[in-house]
Amino acid sequence: MPGTDARTGTEGGSSSGHPTGPPGGVEATDGPVRVRIRYAKVGKVRFTGHRDVVRMWERAFRRSGLPVAWSEGFSPHPLISFGLALPTGAESRAEYLDVVLRDTPHVDDLPERLSELLPAGVDAHAVGILGKEAGSLQQEVSSCSWKLEVLGLAAGELASRVERLLAAPSVLVERERKGRVVHDDLRPAVLSLATSVAVDAPGAGGRTGGVWIAAELATRPRGVRPRELLGGLGPEVALSRACRMHQWIERDGARWEPLEHGGAGTRVGATHAEERAS
Amino acid sequence: MEPESLWPRIEPLLLDVQKPARYIGGEEGACTPVHRPGTVSWLLCYPDTYEVGLPNQGLQILYEILNERPDALAERAYAPWVDMEQAMRAAGVPLFSVENHLPAAAFDVLAFNLSAELVYTNVLNMVDLAGIPVRADRRAASDPLVVAGGHCAFNPEPLADFVDAFVLGDGEEAVGEVTDVLATWSAAPTQGRDRATVLRRLAQVPGVYVPSLYVPRYEGGRLVSVEATDGAPATVEKRAVADLADWPYPRNQLVPLTEVVHDRLNVEVFRGCTRGCRFCQAGMITRPVRERPVEQVRSMVEAGLERTGYEEVALTSLSTADFSGIEQLVRDVIGTPRHEGRVSVSLPSLRVDAFTVGTAAEIQRVRRTGLTFAPEGGTWRMRRVINKLISEEDLYSAVDAAFSQGWRRVKLYFLIGLPTERDEDVVGIAELGTRCAEIGRRHHRGATVVASVGGFVPKPHTPFQWASQDTVAELQRKVDLLRRAAKGARGLTIRWHDPEATAAEGIASRGDRRVGAVIERVWRAGGTFQEWTERFDLVRWTDALAAEGLTLDEVVHRERQAGECLPWSHVSAGLHSDFLWQDWQEALAGGAVEDCRWTPCYDCGACTGLGVEHVVASPEPPAGGSQGTGQDLANGGRVPVRLVTGARD
Repeated sequence: MPGTDARTGTEGGSSSGHPTGPPGGVEATDGPVRVRIRYAKVGKVRFTGHRDVVRMWERAFRRSGLPVAWSEGFSPHPLISFGLALPTGAESRAEYLDVVLRDTPHVDDLPERLSELLPAGVDAHAVGILGKEAGSLQQEVSSCSWKLEVLGLAAGELASRVERLLAAPSVLVERERKGRVVHDDLRPAVLSLATSVAVDAPGAGGRTGGVWIAAELATRPRGVRPRELLGGLGPEVALSRACRMHQWIERDGARWEPLEHGGAGTRVGATHAEERAS
Repeated sequence: MEPESLWPRIEPLLLDVQKPARYIGGEEGACTPVHRPGTVSWLLCYPDTYEVGLPNQGLQILYEILNERPDALAERAYAPWVDMEQAMRAAGVPLFSVENHLPAAAFDVLAFNLSAELVYTNVLNMVDLAGIPVRADRRAASDPLVVAGGHCAFNPEPLADFVDAFVLGDGEEAVGEVTDVLATWSAAPTQGRDRATVLRRLAQVPGVYVPSLYVPRYEGGRLVSVEATDGAPATVEKRAVADLADWPYPRNQLVPLTEVVHDRLNVEVFRGCTRGCRFCQAGMITRPVRERPVEQVRSMVEAGLERTGYEEVALTSLSTADFSGIEQLVRDVIGTPRHEGRVSVSLPSLRVDAFTVGTAAEIQRVRRTGLTFAPEGGTWRMRRVINKLISEEDLYSAVDAAFSQGWRRVKLYFLIGLPTERDEDVVGIAELGTRCAEIGRRHHRGATVVASVGGFVPKPHTPFQWASQDTVAELQRKVDLLRRAAKGARGLTIRWHDPEATAAEGIASRGDRRVGAVIERVWRAGGTFQEWTERFDLVRWTDALAAEGLTLDEVVHRERQAGECLPWSHVSAGLHSDFLWQDWQEALAGGAVEDCRWTPCYDCGACTGLGVEHVVASPEPPAGGSQGTGQDLANGGRVPVRLVTGARD
């Protein structure tokens, strides 16, 4: 949801103006602040949809007592904006949301406090206060890294399919858009792709049988979903599990994670670097 | 011995079904009980989809009461949607609980909530999916007991061949007494359980009906008697808790992970209704009125909002505007500083009067989109027959108040096919609707009125239980008549319920035990989810009736005669049958009955028979005048509220 406006406050809260701290600063934000949260969605809860996750967070914020700012107008709503929707059934180690708070929160224990109020499997892992120049997640995130467990092909055959896909100038897949079947080229969105048998599969619970694929998929101009990628590898390739490992913001040739970029000043939680795909 | 979780086998199925979150459980407030010897395990089943069934308050109340007992536990199951059922059958996965994902057959009891007749085929389907024979007489010693409760249990006969025991009325106390009876039975090794004995013992629990101990007799194709055997009571009386204050449940309302209907906090403010609308089964079978103390309502609302994070609370009952001190209560809830003005209160059933609209305006400060009233009948004559005595002035002033206070859309509920109905009563719906739309346009150019029209189905234990039900053709003719009459009316939209679904509802509503075979045929022909338009086909029902030698005329349309043995005559909601008959005759004569909360008792039987009284906090009828009762309350007549004491004898 672009257009998140840090100036909007509500009664009882300060709506006096912009955050006054320096870009990337930590101090002296006595007005509304934008807070970015990274969270995971793993286990049974992965079968809930994007709108369900939105409601879980709204309820958790209400229970938390955090001073969430609200929009004004005919139909006021809390100023929480979510990034790219995660396909229902996929897990994630790297979901993000931005929330506008009327006052600077005490961030140290925020991930723990929020996780307690969220359903099992949805856990806040890191929190950062955004500088005012930071764009929205929807505007800025340009690609995502995935780990996919696939069934239907042996590892060797899958590896050669992967090579073939990477070598192809274009890979057309059928998609339905607004009730009509269209043919899209997904090749430009495949930034990297590799089979990897030995990765530590998140949440796989020791199950075997599938082959793991690591993929980085662009979100623009039109995102590619894991299932669509597998369609490009052949009709017999079936998705067993998917986990979004990272989201990336590309700026000036460098790749950043959303909590490292945009002047995120105060931050708690792991940097995620240890998990970074090569 | 803890049964094994089916989750690893369920999980792969969820990638390819619609709304997989229906099957994962994980709600805030859910219990994950440990199954161990010495506990009676209940699987509480709702025979419709998760999103329809999850909010059901009756099921949630029993869930908590059972899980609080050291000798019982409860999990929940919902009807899997068609795609999931297919996937489960293909993979050999049986019906499962959403908490521990255990197979249904591993529980001692499958308990079904029956809130509508058209879900009956789903009950059979769920029992079958559990791997249990659908017919009670085919079940083995090791099979779970299949029990059922809820409003539709007041005519248990259509499901009598499939359900081992029904519980009639409020379940709060009965569920514990049933658990007590089941303790020794469930402690026995499953192969050695004595089903017949435990059923005979259950039949001795007040409110429990064990259909296999009752023998129906037919003469000339008609039911003439239903006789109790084996020491079972001749008439099974319903249960009614005397004081809701003793039962502040649910304390931990389930907060689902996915969207469901009525996705909000629900707090029941009273049970029962004495408005006396003659078509309304809920009002008749839940008497007497028992209000929850307002302090308890307040604390349930506060604790519930804080625990759940919901920002909407519904104060539920059959007519919440009648709750003593309702205005102050809603003002207090929305005015609580901690809520920062963001909590909204909804009153699911509004009375038709301007005063009530004022209260609604106060509580619905935002999202003022639509307001609903239920005049039910199109003319004053019709409304006298059904005892819903809303004057036209009441309705117009309510509608005027709604539009003037910012609502843009008013929805009006009506029934067609009511006893004594004439064409002018049907056309009257269009006239009322048109007039309401005109009133709306005085306030907004875009004001709209939707008249939503349902087909009347006579219900057991109501004064209309003897009435004839209109045929599909007659209801369709009336719908067409109404649409013609409403044609060209600006801002008025007519919506109507499918007359064919009304006919099928009629089969199960007043059918006798022979209808069970019809339900089984419809189920075997694939007729699940009959409340869902895309899944419904009346031909399945008429074919099944024909195969069983029955007709719609006999089961549905026929007016019942005085003294006829009604299929539910051996179960009682507390109402005297001569009261119901007199009220039926009054209806035909156009006579009204007053609300006995504020006028002397007319002895319907509910209080006296059950030894329970009305519990009403205020001796004064609600402000706002006569709406819905036809009473002259102009001088504010104070009447005693503890109207009747003690049992009859």
